[in-house]
Amino acid sequence: MFSFLEKHIKTFRHGIHPGDYKETTKDLKIERMPFADEIILPLSQHLGGPSKPIVKPGEKVFRGQLIAEATGFVSSNLHASVTGTVRAIEPRSHASGRMVESIIIDKDPFSPQTLFNERTIEWEHLSPNELLDMIKWGGFVGLGGAAFPTHVKLSVPDGKRARFFMVNAAECEPFLTSDHRIMLERYHAIFAGIRICMKILDAEKAYIGTEINKMEALELLQSAIPADLPCEIVPLETKYPQGAEKMLTEAVLHKEIPSGQLPIDIHVIVNNVGTVAAIGEFFQHGQPVIERVVTVTGPGIRRPANLMVPIGTKLSDVIEYCGGLHEHVRQILYGGPMMGSAQMVLDVPVMKGTSGVLFLTDHEVVPRQEYPCIRCMRCVDACPVYLNPSTLGMLAKGRFYDEMMNYHIMDCMECGSCSYVCPSNIPLVQRFRVTKVLIREKLAREAKKKS
Amino acid sequence: MVFAPQPMVNSYSPTLNFSENENMNTQQPKLLLTTSPFLKPRQDTRFIMWQVNLALLPVALAAIYYFGVSAILIIVACVAGALLPEWLHSRFQSAAISPLKDGTALITGLLLALTLPPSIPLWMAFLGGVSAIGIGKLLFGGIGYNAFNPALVGRAILQAAFPQAMTTWAPHTDLNGFSVLRGDLFALPFAQRSVDAVTEATPLAKMKFDAMITALPDLLRGSTAGSLGETSALIILLAGVYLASRRILSWRIPVSILATVFVLAGVTYWLAPDTQPQPLFHLFSGGLMLGAVFMATDPVTSPITQRGCVIFGIGIGVIVMVIRLFGGLPEGVMYSILIMNAMTPLIDRVAQPRIYGTE
Repeated sequence: MFSFLEKHIKTFRHGIHPGDYKETTKDLKIERMPFADEIILPLSQHLGGPSKPIVKPGEKVFRGQLIAEATGFVSSNLHASVTGTVRAIEPRSHASGRMVESIIIDKDPFSPQTLFNERTIEWEHLSPNELLDMIKWGGFVGLGGAAFPTHVKLSVPDGKRARFFMVNAAECEPFLTSDHRIMLERYHAIFAGIRICMKILDAEKAYIGTEINKMEALELLQSAIPADLPCEIVPLETKYPQGAEKMLTEAVLHKEIPSGQLPIDIHVIVNNVGTVAAIGEFFQHGQPVIERVVTVTGPGIRRPANLMVPIGTKLSDVIEYCGGLHEHVRQILYGGPMMGSAQMVLDVPVMKGTSGVLFLTDHEVVPRQEYPCIRCMRCVDACPVYLNPSTLGMLAKGRFYDEMMNYHIMDCMECGSCSYVCPSNIPLVQRFRVTKVLIREKLAREAKKKS
Repeated sequence: MVFAPQPMVNSYSPTLNFSENENMNTQQPKLLLTTSPFLKPRQDTRFIMWQVNLALLPVALAAIYYFGVSAILIIVACVAGALLPEWLHSRFQSAAISPLKDGTALITGLLLALTLPPSIPLWMAFLGGVSAIGIGKLLFGGIGYNAFNPALVGRAILQAAFPQAMTTWAPHTDLNGFSVLRGDLFALPFAQRSVDAVTEATPLAKMKFDAMITALPDLLRGSTAGSLGETSALIILLAGVYLASRRILSWRIPVSILATVFVLAGVTYWLAPDTQPQPLFHLFSGGLMLGAVFMATDPVTSPITQRGCVIFGIGIGVIVMVIRLFGGLPEGVMYSILIMNAMTPLIDRVAQPRIYGTE
């Protein structure tokens, strides 16, 4: 059966092959991690405005209970991931490196930790708007890492139409296997989630795009597609950044998203497979986003695993559950090695967007000498949006920010492919990130001056 | 696997100890704060440069086979000349890396030697090496900033300064003639050259001035007169295939140069089959193969996009054929590459990549 899919492997142009390093954890079943004594729930785990707490210190909360409300449209609800008592609402360490207002909950040691208001939602009878409100209530955000509120993504603007619903299961980041395990163990929920999302969007067809290094998942999904669901499994070449929205639509539909526009402008909505599975389970059991699958891996951890972790569990608790660190750990990353962020302290909590925790040792973390650019073209050939990182890098070094606009710096999606391939070890994407922030600030200042 | 943090921002090590279990290593390690990506392949610029040197080795060995000890002496003189300004530069300017270790001066010295005639006095070769790196590279700002291929700058200076020495070609031999000096190699600087050396015209000069065509197998093997690296087209071609397969050079440049030369030579042969050689003669004679594979592909001085590389290669091919057919010189690879080096910023301007999501 699979020879058919193998013949139809799709991909985008350019990109890089960093190797996948997924062998360690790809065959490990998702384990449920026990509840930690202290849970830290930052009010800002998503893109958009921080949530507003609706509980007070000293109040008893139940697992799955709403404890902070979205402020505005682009924001998200937050639920208690454990039954216990709110100890405080105070600033705590956050994965971004800042201190962020967080709700701290002490676990009730005698609670059975059953789900608050567990129920099956008869979604077939609900209208698309009612479904959307339920998803907003459930605090859904993109679980692939970006943590963009899902109800915003699923709200099609007036005058636009979503014909295709695309499930992003590329998981192109090396080391991470959480999406792979979700596809193998929770595929019923994925198809249920697809049905709900397609009803909300009134979409014609669904696609699940997965890289062929997850062949077991591809075969399983292909054999399990419900007969009445217009869904196609699309095998993709193992290549980074296949999971970027722009690259995924190019690979699956052979269409480019026009510069500066969104997938909806070519009638596509893209959602992460973990999010879709969580939506499917939400309508089966009524469980909002209070836990997620996290791949704990890398040479620096004693027992790599795929864990179902309650949101708000501290990194130190995860390390302890996984047998502790090896010697000489030098970097701990939230997310994969290509787009993840390095952590400085061990009391940051696992958040909705934490797809993996990666532990690197002195052996892998080797400082590199920067050489001058020799214009070797590797970055130009790697850039998935066809920029000229070499020239942009020289301009960034000289701070010619206006000139960089002419070279379309704002189209850069910061995937880091250029920095990866650069033989001269030039921190290209790092400079582009700074540049983009400065240009945005400058544009905002100018807009203010005009008005 | 290798991970490379990009420049270090901060190193942070709080003394927080949260675990009471003494046996378990969960203490806060000393963590390094950098930004993504954290993954990096091992190949770096130095590796690329040494790979080019490795590919040049068989070409140099072929030169030694055909021109014996003279070839060794000229190569040593050129490399020493190229290393001298690099060494002085690194002594007086605190360079981030030792330029002697990155292998680029060695490439320049080797390439320059391969463009020189086997009878050139050693002091000229040495001077060529010094000017290649000193004028061709360091004056422009060192590695990555030179506008012209340094080895060709060195050769152009020698060609202008010593036109006679640069166009006197000693005949090739095989290993039997290994110890025979091909000319007045040890001539003192600016001394009168002895004129009784045995000479032979290069295949291109024979074709241009005497209408004699050298046979193709001789060109492929390299058993012809010419500069040190102008000999075996086949070895250079294989070295190029090796570098292209390791993705160290952009195959589009040599392929478009050779294709252009082949097409133009084919047209001239079709127009005048009696006087013009077969198109393959043009491909395998002179410095074309060495220039196309090792000099035009210098990443620093060639365009940065695939489309630009094709334009660049076609330009070189056209200029080579114009000089060979209409120019006063028998060969024009050096000038055509230097001219197109000068065009590179212009090509980069017109051949920028199309941005994703735009027309």
